[in-house]
Amino acid sequence: MATDIQTSPDKSSSERTALIRAGLRRRHLNEQIFRGLGIAAIAIALGFVALLFADVFRKGIPAFVQSNVHLSVTFDAEVIDVGPAPARGDFASDAEYTAASLKWQRDLALLNWNTIVEASLRKAAPEGFEIDSRQIQSIPETNARHQIREMFVRDPSLLGQTVEVDVLASANAANWIKGNINRDLGDAQQQLSPPARQLIDIFVENGTISNGFAWSIFTNVDSRAAPASAGLLGAFVGTLWMMLIVVVLAVPIGVAAAIYLEEFAPKSRLTDLIEVNINNLAAVPSIVFGLLGAAVFINWFHLPISAPLVGGLVLTLMTLPTIIIATRGALMGVSPALRQAALGMGASKTQMVFHHVLPVTFPSILTATILGVAHALGETAPLLLIGMKAFVASVPATPLDQAAALPVQIYLWQGNENRNFFEPRTAAAIMVLLAVMILLNGVAIYLRSRLEKRA
Amino acid sequence: MKTALFASAAVIALAAFGTSAAFAQSRDTIQIAGSSTVLPFASIVAEEFSAAFPEFKTPVVGSGGTGGGLKQFCEGTGDNTIDIANASRQIKDAELEACTAAGVTDVREVQFGFDGIVFASSASGADFALTPVQIYKAIAAKVMVDGAMVDNPYKTWNEIDASLPNQPISLAIPASNHGTREVFQEKVVTAGFKEAGHPEGMSEDDIKAAETTFRQDVVIEISGDYTETLARLNSDANTVGVFGLSFYEQNTDSLKVATIDGVVPSKETVAGGEYPVSRPLFFYVKGQHIGVIPGIEEYVQFFLSEGVSGEGGALEAAGLIPQPAEKTAEVLAAFEAGAQ
Repeated sequence: MATDIQTSPDKSSSERTALIRAGLRRRHLNEQIFRGLGIAAIAIALGFVALLFADVFRKGIPAFVQSNVHLSVTFDAEVIDVGPAPARGDFASDAEYTAASLKWQRDLALLNWNTIVEASLRKAAPEGFEIDSRQIQSIPETNARHQIREMFVRDPSLLGQTVEVDVLASANAANWIKGNINRDLGDAQQQLSPPARQLIDIFVENGTISNGFAWSIFTNVDSRAAPASAGLLGAFVGTLWMMLIVVVLAVPIGVAAAIYLEEFAPKSRLTDLIEVNINNLAAVPSIVFGLLGAAVFINWFHLPISAPLVGGLVLTLMTLPTIIIATRGALMGVSPALRQAALGMGASKTQMVFHHVLPVTFPSILTATILGVAHALGETAPLLLIGMKAFVASVPATPLDQAAALPVQIYLWQGNENRNFFEPRTAAAIMVLLAVMILLNGVAIYLRSRLEKRA
Repeated sequence: MKTALFASAAVIALAAFGTSAAFAQSRDTIQIAGSSTVLPFASIVAEEFSAAFPEFKTPVVGSGGTGGGLKQFCEGTGDNTIDIANASRQIKDAELEACTAAGVTDVREVQFGFDGIVFASSASGADFALTPVQIYKAIAAKVMVDGAMVDNPYKTWNEIDASLPNQPISLAIPASNHGTREVFQEKVVTAGFKEAGHPEGMSEDDIKAAETTFRQDVVIEISGDYTETLARLNSDANTVGVFGLSFYEQNTDSLKVATIDGVVPSKETVAGGEYPVSRPLFFYVKGQHIGVIPGIEEYVQFFLSEGVSGEGGALEAAGLIPQPAEKTAEVLAAFEAGAQ
């Protein structure tokens, strides 16, 4: 274009203007096309995010509603015939008392608490409603009997009394109430028997069954015996332990490595090689870290399987390169004037780094840490390889206890055989994980803007 | 900044100490892994166990398939090896040898019930009434036509037998890491092959190959859980999938079960032996860990108790087919007697 104009100086000015106009039009057109493409790219990306969120929310929100069965439970002395709870005063030593108390609890556990649950259900049902024992037992969740037994263990004076208790409706009952299962299907394809379904509908109508917010998702551990009571508490605490280990290990090691490499290490072939390798490490697929973790931490160091400690160590390895690269970037961005001024005033190199350079880069390091942790939070593949996909029905008290993690819990729930109940629950778990991630990213943005203002 | 540096150094030292302290710490939770068919049952027992025995921690139950579980089981003894392997088939000689080589010399087998294997298709699809020989003809790479082994010519089910629906053959079967695969091979394909017959003069090796070589274009091998098989069926309504009976019973709203030899699979027909494709379920206990990891013996006794794996017990409600009480008593006695 430009050469055209230059090589034809004899052309009349109107021709030249036309040429320039044409060129200009083309350039404007190009710009518009590029802008259009850019907007389309953003629209596609946002569209997919919106689609994902809409799908997860549509499926997940119903899972935050649980069906409760309100029962008046009678602690029938005829059923509970194990004698009074042992009192500390009757025993010479603590050990004897503990043994007697455990035996009393074992005796209680072996009682048939289902008869008590069934009796209270029959009391709530309309008089003369015909339903057999097995069918009526399919309405409450199977942990109802443990719940009632535990009430009694805590307070043995309940014997013979009648108290109001809320128990969970079973997963199949919840499916029927929420319409997760097609209500028009024939008897053969339904999970619940016709009288059970009929009774549930009666219970919903007369208020014996009502819906409430599913606190159980946050306060319970995972469960297979009582799927309706399955919650995320164990996985959440497991994840918390892992993230604690990641922060405690990855930040000091990562920042120290970055400072040394950037400020102290001589620039040589060796440091170049290290730098290339750190960049490579950042790009290594996470599953490889899982294999490494299984080989080194479990088989070699003999650390416990399924423990958050091992998970945390593996995720630390994964997060380290991210933090080193981000910290080095931040250090590189510090103005040489600051360094020269500090050195000029007689500061040593260490003083220069720790008193002047590092405080300026603090916001960036913090952001990198939070983003690294957020990334590690959602990582699943390496955890599967170090045995963290086991079914764990307890809250890990220490990082050495077996535990699940939030993303692994999602993986486990999506594989549960009660599809109608666990599909929503899986989406609910995804929502919780996304919420934690958005929260972490929000904190990162807030801290950065605050600290940058101060700096 | 200096304090921060010291603090982080202290933290690293502490973490290192914690790591080394872990060596000395002994595990107090029973660790279980293996078959995904047994997993739901074992998990339920684990939960109920901790409710009944407040002094023990809830056992941890992992999956990985029968093969994967036994591999972990046979890695050796000690805190970081599992105590119990769930299995949907009996342990193989090669696996036992691997166990012995790694020092796991006391392997105790516990059989606790049965599970049926069913063929099911999408609930909206056609009805299937299958026989082992039809399934063999559908999936084998080579079948006998006019007295000679030729490449499998069948494209749709009704080409195999006019009574079957006119729909393309597509079968999702468990991959070899599942114990279910072995039962499928033995009770369905091999049985079908024997019934269909083969040209005379085939060598042993050729017979073995003919039995176990499947057509890759219609057979989908699933290495994940049954939910993965279910997802296949949902995406392609023509696919017939292999499931455990207990899984099918939880999903009767989206699955339709096929009869085998005219028998509808159910707890009754499997327990009565009329339904041909069933298998016993096991778990294997590392005898050397009994008394080291607390609660193993109690767990086994609890698992085999009437209220758990017996008639009308918690596991029957979850889909297990109980074995006769005499068999359970026999198994328990053998377990308590020690190494076989």
